[in-house]
Amino acid sequence: MSFITVRNLWKNYGDQVVLENLNLSVPQGEFCTLVGASGCGKSTFLKMLLGQESPSRGELLLDGRPFPREPDRHRGIVFQRYSVFPHLSVRQNVLMGLELEQKPVLGRLFGRARRTALARVDEMLAQVGLSASAHRWPHELSGGMQQRLAIAQSLIMRPRVLLLDEPFGALDPGIRADMHELLLTLWRETGTTIFMVTHDLREGFYLGTRLLVFDKVRNDPHAPGAYGATVTYDQPIGQADRRLYQDIEASVTTTARHQAA
Amino acid sequence: MRLINRTPGRLAATALGVLPFLAILLFYGLASQQRLADNPNDKLLPGMTQMAAAVDRMAFEEDRRSGDYLMWEDTVASLERLGLGVGVAALLALVVGLANGVLPLVRAHLAPLVSALSMIPPLAILPILFIVFGLGELSKVMLIVIGTAPIMMRDLTQRVRELPAEQRIKIQTLGANSWQVITRMALPQVLPRLIDAVRLSLGPAWLFLIAAEAIASTEGLGYRIFLVRRYLAMEVILPYVIWITLLAILIDQCLRLANRRLFPWYNAGGH
Repeated sequence: MSFITVRNLWKNYGDQVVLENLNLSVPQGEFCTLVGASGCGKSTFLKMLLGQESPSRGELLLDGRPFPREPDRHRGIVFQRYSVFPHLSVRQNVLMGLELEQKPVLGRLFGRARRTALARVDEMLAQVGLSASAHRWPHELSGGMQQRLAIAQSLIMRPRVLLLDEPFGALDPGIRADMHELLLTLWRETGTTIFMVTHDLREGFYLGTRLLVFDKVRNDPHAPGAYGATVTYDQPIGQADRRLYQDIEASVTTTARHQAA
Repeated sequence: MRLINRTPGRLAATALGVLPFLAILLFYGLASQQRLADNPNDKLLPGMTQMAAAVDRMAFEEDRRSGDYLMWEDTVASLERLGLGVGVAALLALVVGLANGVLPLVRAHLAPLVSALSMIPPLAILPILFIVFGLGELSKVMLIVIGTAPIMMRDLTQRVRELPAEQRIKIQTLGANSWQVITRMALPQVLPRLIDAVRLSLGPAWLFLIAAEAIASTEGLGYRIFLVRRYLAMEVILPYVIWITLLAILIDQCLRLANRRLFPWYNAGGH
């Protein structure tokens, strides 16, 4: 049995069909990148994995059981922005999860327990290269550093699934390359299953182990919401060639034009 | 250059800011001088000497009947009521604002009530307060609470709801329960916003304080102003009004500084 199973999954909001007939099976430790035009349900699918949304029809299973219907500590998330807490220092931001887990009422650690937790925090900060900024406020950090912090904050919980919603969308291209490097390193070290939504087809093509293209197969120009998107390409990364890249890009661009029209 | 693009320098800005004050002073001085020249016993526009004498009498001489320094007596009484009223209102606003902002079930329950309450003109229920709570301190404090709390509650609810949804999701993925979402995410971020809300409600709070003191009181800044009105004692009323204004500015600035000191992340654009 696979780690995550998606069977005949549909999602619609009233008449608006977002996803149709989605079938997937993802083993543990896979690094999936989700690409596609805007409005093709990538983020909706991610929200279902997170527990923020639930399927309209079909099955979404984690270890053979339906996904919990609200976010929990086994599924980490990094958004494009606003993932870190502005009122806490870098160190406190990463410490937060450990404190919440160990102290359900106070939500804070003291004494030896705090020192033990902080040692783990500092180790995590070193891994993402934020040791020098441990005592700064998030607003003093660059966009790339804030995303490193958000990743560290999630990973210290050792989540089973890490969800990334266009995490590098707002970053400069140079910084992006560094972040790819960091993410791959962390993924190899932790072995966590990753789903990453990206707008950037190239990013999706070279990062991770598996590419999932969300696209619309059918399109009714008079009723743009009548048909939903589904996974049109499910491709192991490494086997993808230039020709396929061009095919996918052409298809996604056409859908994007239809969506915009 | 367009008018919208012309900005004054530092010095010019200060000068421009001070100018209206000087203009008012000058205008008042001239008008007062003219009236006093016509009639040295004129009460309407007292000169600086008369006002200084009045302040001296009210603030630095014992009252002949009670032996108190009346202006300080009034100030302490008024500030006590104001502080108590605004303090209780802020606390209520914090509790209701957090519950309303974070918990949809509570919001469905309370938000319509709070909205309706905030529409009641507080002065219209002042007689009810006097009947229910008597003419003592409680009714005056209650008027300030009822007058300022509902609007602060609505404001705080809105501020809590404005916190990015991403944060609410994120803290849940770190394992937070509902209580922890309130205490570790919403509360600390809404405290500086509470101070802002208090600063804005101080204006209405003073209004309600003075209204209540004018109607039923035996001391207080508002009481004194309305008492000496019977003798047309403008030389007392004007310094009292200026004193109240100074107190209001002082409190406002203290709160602003406290906000900056206590929440460095808030004022540095960290939200």
